[in-house]
Amino acid sequence: MSYETINLIDVSKTFDDTLVLDNINLYIRRNEFLTLLGPSGCGKTTTLRIIGGFEEPTTGKVLFEGKDITHVPPYKRKVNTVFQRYALFPHMNVEENIAFGLNIKKISKNIIEEKVKNMLGLVNLRGFEKRTVDSLSGGQQQRVAIARALVNEPEVLLLDEPLGALDLKLRKGMQIELKNIQQKLGITFVYVTHDQEEALTMSDTIVVMNEGHIQQIGSPIDIYNEPKNAFVADFIGESNIVNGIMIEDYVVDFGGYIFRCLDSGFGEKEKVDVVVRPEDIKLVPPEQGMLKGRVLSVIFKGVHYEMMIESNGIIWKVHSTLMEPVDTIVGINIFPDDIHIMKKVMVS
Amino acid sequence: MMRHLKRLYIGIVFFFLYAPILILMIFSFNKSRYMSKWDGFSLKWYADLFSDRDIMSALYYTLLIAVLSTIIATVIGLITAIGIHDMNKLGKGIMVNISYLPILNPDIVTGISLMMLFVFMKLELGFLTLLLAHITFNVPYVIFSILPKLRQMNKHLYEAALDLGATPFYAFRKVILPEIMPGVVTGMILAFTLSIDDFVISYFTTGAGVSNLSIIIYSMARVGIKPTINALSTLLFISVLLLLLIVNKRTSNNNGKEKVI
Repeated sequence: MSYETINLIDVSKTFDDTLVLDNINLYIRRNEFLTLLGPSGCGKTTTLRIIGGFEEPTTGKVLFEGKDITHVPPYKRKVNTVFQRYALFPHMNVEENIAFGLNIKKISKNIIEEKVKNMLGLVNLRGFEKRTVDSLSGGQQQRVAIARALVNEPEVLLLDEPLGALDLKLRKGMQIELKNIQQKLGITFVYVTHDQEEALTMSDTIVVMNEGHIQQIGSPIDIYNEPKNAFVADFIGESNIVNGIMIEDYVVDFGGYIFRCLDSGFGEKEKVDVVVRPEDIKLVPPEQGMLKGRVLSVIFKGVHYEMMIESNGIIWKVHSTLMEPVDTIVGINIFPDDIHIMKKVMVS
Repeated sequence: MMRHLKRLYIGIVFFFLYAPILILMIFSFNKSRYMSKWDGFSLKWYADLFSDRDIMSALYYTLLIAVLSTIIATVIGLITAIGIHDMNKLGKGIMVNISYLPILNPDIVTGISLMMLFVFMKLELGFLTLLLAHITFNVPYVIFSILPKLRQMNKHLYEAALDLGATPFYAFRKVILPEIMPGVVTGMILAFTLSIDDFVISYFTTGAGVSNLSIIIYSMARVGIKPTINALSTLLFISVLLLLLIVNKRTSNNNGKEKVI
């Protein structure tokens, strides 16, 4: 058995002459929690549907444990899906919904009953066996959908924005629960979301997608700390992205100051994108700052203040636990660790 | 004052709607054979009805045609509706309009064109052509009863069933069909009623020896209206009414169940 459960090889997909996926190459490891992250229309759901068998790639191959399953219909794949908006069967009660897959496999009644019961326990819905689907809250329907998929003991569980319809508090709770279930059962999860925070919280691996391309694959920490390009930096967390020029290795000019940085290997005088996280900008008295700026606005965000600070024609977003009043002149320091240099992406 | 006016208005509406049927039903129990006077209560026209061989044969054909055309039109309409539902936008638009045309087409045109088609195909006008004609005009009604139900259905239900291991046919039987069943039943009842009801198209597409009730009533009426026609109409009316009541009860039960629990 291979170490990789699913392999997408050179997968492209077009719908009515629109290219939705452009040459996707991706492998999914056994038992990992992998998240496809990106804005709507980036191709993440299409990728999931290709793995589930609901779409066939226009070109390319899908491998499952090394075997080509590109043209295998969904009902013959060892993969189950939790759909956006759940897609529970409205004319069946909770128990019948969960038992649907088992009934097809012609397993004995007793075993089915046993398994359904265990599943209801796992998703905290004991006692809901005979309830109709309509009488459940969104969160409960969500749990039924998860139970209905998991009861079939799939090798891989696909989840298409499963928490999208829930309110914030419920969503946070379900994130933790899902992660627990995944770890408890040791199943590979492939999770689609546009919520970067959700992705960072739950995933072992994040695949950032945009316009049918994979932008970056990595662990949450890698993706947050070392975004590969300006799109990823901007999409994952908040960022200041400014134009800069590499003077030489480890020296970059942006925002009206020449900073030391940790990046090298760029061409001399190459134009680059410089990414700085708002929380990495340190405010100091004006005479100690590398840059001087004036506070334009202050918003209280709970844990920190968000300040917009203008300096040499650039507006910096700064997060700080200390508030500087509007119109104060402050000093800005950015240290080499916190400067991320990226090659300019040619945006069409 | 306003309340009384409202009641009066409703009363008048219902009077005009139901008075003709009421009069027809009352006179089906009239002893006299004339509509002008009431001679006392009698069931003899009902007895006549069941001993009249022409009428009984027409009843037999009416029901047989209605049942067969309903079943066949439902199957065809169901398959067609699912096909249309799965089409892309352009194809769907074209198919919906093409299917709608027969509903808008005047019966007389449908009737004559079907007759000409049958003659052209050298089919002898009779039971088969009558059945074919009824299937033809029933199919669009079935399609348009089912299409809205398909549209209401969560489009991922079918995929969810496949995902859980159901073959396409199993998914259709266990998931899609129960979801759209109310539409299918509505379509069936509509088709059955229209088939029993139809005169114009039947008149042109049937042949010697095969008449349905409306044709018999028409030919009897040309000679002079006998109270047997009243009796027959009363029975038809009551059967259709019962059918509708049953369906109403069924659907309201279903709705209630969903809401209460």
